[in-house]
Amino acid sequence: MTQTTLVDIKGLATRFGSHEVHKNLDLTVIRGERLALVGGSGCGKSVLLSEIALLQEADEGEIKLFGLPVTELTTGQMAGLRKKIGMMFQQGALFSSLTVLENIMLSIREHQSLPDSLLEELAMLKLRLTGLPDLAAWKYPQELSGGMLKRAAVARALALDPGLLLLDEPTAGLDPAGASAFDEMLLELHATLDLTLILVTHDLDSLWRVTDQVAFLGEKRVLAKLPMDDLSAHEHPEIQHYFANTRARRAAIKMESEE
Amino acid sequence: MDKDTQTPPAIHQDDAGILLAGDWDTRYLKELVRLINDVRLDKSHSISASLGQMDTNGALQLLKLIGPSPDAWPKGLTPDQTRLLELVAARSGDTPEPEPSLNWLADLGKRTVESAGHGQELLNFFGRLSALVLRLFRHPGELKIKMVLDVLQKDGLHAVPIIALLAFLLGAVIAYQGGLQLATYGANIFIVELVSLTLLRELSPLICAIIVAGRSGSAYAAQLATMQMNQEILALKSLGQDPYAWLILPKLIGLMLVMPLLTILSMAAGIGGGMLVASLQLELSPIEFIQRFGSSVDVIHFWVGLIKAPVFALLIVNVGCMQGLLAKGGAEEVGRRTTRSVVQSIFLVIIADAIFSILFAQLGW
Repeated sequence: MTQTTLVDIKGLATRFGSHEVHKNLDLTVIRGERLALVGGSGCGKSVLLSEIALLQEADEGEIKLFGLPVTELTTGQMAGLRKKIGMMFQQGALFSSLTVLENIMLSIREHQSLPDSLLEELAMLKLRLTGLPDLAAWKYPQELSGGMLKRAAVARALALDPGLLLLDEPTAGLDPAGASAFDEMLLELHATLDLTLILVTHDLDSLWRVTDQVAFLGEKRVLAKLPMDDLSAHEHPEIQHYFANTRARRAAIKMESEE
Repeated sequence: MDKDTQTPPAIHQDDAGILLAGDWDTRYLKELVRLINDVRLDKSHSISASLGQMDTNGALQLLKLIGPSPDAWPKGLTPDQTRLLELVAARSGDTPEPEPSLNWLADLGKRTVESAGHGQELLNFFGRLSALVLRLFRHPGELKIKMVLDVLQKDGLHAVPIIALLAFLLGAVIAYQGGLQLATYGANIFIVELVSLTLLRELSPLICAIIVAGRSGSAYAAQLATMQMNQEILALKSLGQDPYAWLILPKLIGLMLVMPLLTILSMAAGIGGGMLVASLQLELSPIEFIQRFGSSVDVIHFWVGLIKAPVFALLIVNVGCMQGLLAKGGAEEVGRRTTRSVVQSIFLVIIADAIFSILFAQLGW
């Protein structure tokens, strides 16, 4: 398989008033990558993610998604592109007036008119792919626990089988066992579904376990995009500072002893 | 593999065998469903596949065609596709039944119990509030003066323009409609009694209550419902604070103070409107109007109207806050509770007004 670039960002700048978040930021994501965006709080990880998700426009620079420059899209192309991108929001952002199954069915139903029984079947498949128990289907989001909510959010993002899945802090707020089960689920989905993952995370265990590339955001740009092993040994002081603490070391040691 | 190539799915059947081709993915879901419904596979033939794209939605359709057992799967699947099929086969299955809905009798019972529960909650709420007010007499320092002032400003001062305008128009309309009738009898001067009595006794307190219920009661319900959902009310409790003292008592005291003032304002504005129409239409000068007003309208009518105001305020705050606190669930619930708070408070205000009318009639006021 030839390498396809799914996300190609060049010279990106984002400003909020006079506050500059990104300046001259470059990032490429190859199809099939499992990329994490890391960096200190307020360095613009989530902003970058929502720019890739077509939810926010950059002030300068070019973003190409699936080879299409986002500033020159027609409405139809934009809608088509959005179907190829799934986004999981940090708090799940499931529609609270719909059941989990209806949440997942919503985008499939709008995509093509299909009989209800088929819609339910497709949605149930997504639900099971994310490891949710069957009985979660008819529950409302507010009746789910934090871990189930996040899985349901992934199931909704996967409804139209997107090629690119964006996750904002997927394991934040989960207990260690739940977080690790969530990581395994992501890996399983990635292995079978031809997915490209981009996740924003602070969870060092996830960084070691899930990702094959990590992009470090600092000084308003991507300081380095490397596999975790190389990144943690990077000599840039900001990256050193991020990983040079006991929590990071413990996660690294744990990974090495497991391997 | 480029995702944008367009090769619709197809099933070719001939004597040599069956060939599945094309992209089996989400883009062609509808075609796939039609294809699978139309095609009868001849099981005696061998099936082979030469598929382009396949995703989970397409794989599920393919499984319907070829069955879940890997022995029957066509030749020519790539390893990736086989893996995807295996995963989907393992995870697909029937949709579980939703919980059965209740029959009408059980539903009626459930609703009755729920309504009784609401009645109990209302009593509970009222009891807690009364206890808090009593406590306030002993410890006046616990009142959150700043929050009361906030209510005075937001629900009192900021409501002045709208209440003044609407009451003025109301007064003008009554004078205009009444004036037409009175003029035919040459009883122009009685316009003063007509406008003053209807406004002072009934319409001013009522229009005030309706506007305040729409403006402030709904805002209370929405605020408390949102706070309830964000667990802010639980957070207050956990900090050792009484949420009623923070959120409800200031509203109650603030609105009970400000509502009579707004009612006086609407009385003045309404009579002003009536006066204007009287001078334009019935040639009754404002001086004559005021003289007549002073001599023939008893002050008791003013008190009758004014005494209703704090009662209406009590009802509006109670309904708005209780609806807000009862909210459970999501965004839709906030809207539902807000609507309900407005409908219920206006309903209760009008019922209270009717009770007042009977009471005052008995008293001969």
